[in-house]
Amino acid sequence: MNIVERAGARLLAPMLSSAGYAVSIGLAAVARIPHLLRRRRSLFDQMHLSGVKTLHVVLFVNFFIGMILALQLGYELQRFGQQQAIGFAVSVAMVREMAPVMTAVLLAAAVSSAMAAELGTMKVQEEITALEVMSVDVASFLVVPRVFGLMFMAPLLTVLGSIIGILGGGIIATTQLGVDFHGYLLNATEALEDRWVWWLPVPKSLYAALIKSTVFGFTIAVVGCASGLQARHGARGVGDATRSAVRNSIILIIVLNFFLGKLIYTT
Amino acid sequence: MATIELRDVHKSFGAQKVLEGLSFSVEQGQSLVLMGPSGSGKSVILKHLIGLLKPDHGEVEVMGKSVPELSGHELSLLRKDMGYLFQHSALLNWMSVFDNVALPLREGRDCAESEIRERVQKVLALVMLEGAELKLPEQLSGGMQKRVGLARALVTEPKVILYDEPEAGLDPEMSASISATIRRLQEELGTTSVTVTHSTSCAKTVGDLLAVFEKGRIIVSGPPAEVLASELPRVREFLGTPID
Ligand SMILES: Nc1ncnc2c1ncn2[C@@H]1O[C@H](COP(=O)(O)OP(=O)(O)O)[C@@H](O)[C@H]1O
Ligand SMILES: [Mg+2]
Repeated sequence: MNIVERAGARLLAPMLSSAGYAVSIGLAAVARIPHLLRRRRSLFDQMHLSGVKTLHVVLFVNFFIGMILALQLGYELQRFGQQQAIGFAVSVAMVREMAPVMTAVLLAAAVSSAMAAELGTMKVQEEITALEVMSVDVASFLVVPRVFGLMFMAPLLTVLGSIIGILGGGIIATTQLGVDFHGYLLNATEALEDRWVWWLPVPKSLYAALIKSTVFGFTIAVVGCASGLQARHGARGVGDATRSAVRNSIILIIVLNFFLGKLIYTT
Repeated sequence: MATIELRDVHKSFGAQKVLEGLSFSVEQGQSLVLMGPSGSGKSVILKHLIGLLKPDHGEVEVMGKSVPELSGHELSLLRKDMGYLFQHSALLNWMSVFDNVALPLREGRDCAESEIRERVQKVLALVMLEGAELKLPEQLSGGMQKRVGLARALVTEPKVILYDEPEAGLDPEMSASISATIRRLQEELGTTSVTVTHSTSCAKTVGDLLAVFEKGRIIVSGPPAEVLASELPRVREFLGTPID
C-alpha cells in the first residue's frame, strides 16, 4: 500500500465501519417496532428525558431565532416598503427550516450526547456485555425506547418551537418595525395555507417541518446509541463516543435537511 | 462426558498471547477453581466459556455444545442455562436492586410477575440482602453490589455458573460468606461451576478441584488441599504463603 492508500484506510475504514454499525442499529430499531408496547414504560421515560427536559431550551432558542429573522428580514423589507410581508417571511423560514434544524441541533447537543455517554459508560463497564450474557435483546431493551422516544418528541418540540419563533418575530415586528401585531399574525398564518395535495388537511410547510423533524429525531437517536454502544477503552472512550455522536448528528441533520427540502419542495 | 471441556485453546490479542494451549474439563456438579496472577487471562477464559470471545485455535464445549460454532440464537439458548458473575458487578444503575435481579426473568423468559417476585425474594435472602429491594445500586457498598450481581446470576437457576473473582472487593467476613454461599449452592442445586480467584481461602471453600494457571497454561491441578501444599517453586511464589 502506498501512503495515500494507507492514510485512506486509516481514516475511511473506521468511518465506514461505524456508519455501517449505525445503519444496523437503525434497522434493528425499526425491526423491533412491535416491541414498543412492551417497552412503553421506558419509552415514556425517554420521552420525558428527551422532550420535556429540553423543552425550555428549545423554546428559548427558537424565540430568539424568530426575533433575529424578523429583525434582519424586516430591515431589508422596510427598505422596499414591504414590512407588511414580515409575518409571511418569518413564518415560512421558521416552519420550513429554522425550527426543524435548530431544534434538531439542540437535541443533538443535549440528547444524542447523553445517549452516547450513558450507553458508552454501560459499554465500558461491561453492563452491555452482562445484558448479552443474560440473553437480553439490547436493541429492544435500550435502543428502541431511545430512538422512538426522540422520534416522537422531535416533531412536537419543532411545532412548539415554530410557534414561539413566530411569536418572537411578531414582538420585533410590532416594537421595532411598526407593524400591527394582528396584521403580522394574519400574514404569518396566510403563509401557511399552501396545500400540498388537496386531501391533506394541514399546510405543506407544516408537513415539511413534521417530516424533517421525525427523520432528524430518529437519526440523532440512532447515532447517539450507536456511538455509545461502540465505545471502548474506559472514560476516554466515552468522551470520544460523545463527541462523535454530536458531530455526526449535526452533519447528518444539515445534509438530510438539504435532501429532504429538495424532495418535499420538488414534488 | 464432561459438562465443560476446553482442549488446547489458544487466544491472542494482537501480538499479546494470553492463552497458549489451555485444556481442562469440569464434570457435572463439580466446582473448578482457577487461580492465576492478575492479567493472566482469567476473565478471558470465562468469556470463552460463555461465547463472548472465540478461540484462535482449539475447542470449547459447554453442555455438549461447541460454543464458538453456535449461531446467535443457539448461543442465546445456551446462555439461558448459564450464569455469570461479573468482576465489577455490572448492575444497571437506574434500576432498583429488585429490578436488576428480576431482569433475566423478565427478558426473554415467560415468567409470571408473582413467580418473579417469589424467586427474586428467595435469591436476595440467599445473599443476605432482604430489605434492599428498592435501593438503587449506587446506594449500596461495593460488597453489597457484588452480592446483587450474585443474586442476578443465580435467579435463573442456571446449570453452569461462572464466577469472576467473587470475593474481590469484599471484606474478609463477607468474602468468607460469599464463598460459603457459592459452596452451599453447589451442594444444594448441583450446579457445575468455574470460579476464578486470587484468594486461597475462597479456593479452599469453593473448589472440588483447583488449577493454578500461568502464561496461558495450567501448571498444576488437583484437590485444593494438595495443590495448596504443592512444593513447585512457581506455585509457592504465586501463592506467596508458606505451607500451613
Ligand atoms: N477484548 C480484549 N482486547 C484486547 N486485549 C484484551 C481483551 N480482553 C483481555 N485482554 C488482555 O488480556 C489479558 C488478560 O486479561 P484478563 O483475562 O482480564 O486478566 P485477569 O486474569 O486479570 O482477569 C490482559 O493483558 C488484557 O489486556
Ligand atoms: Mg479479570
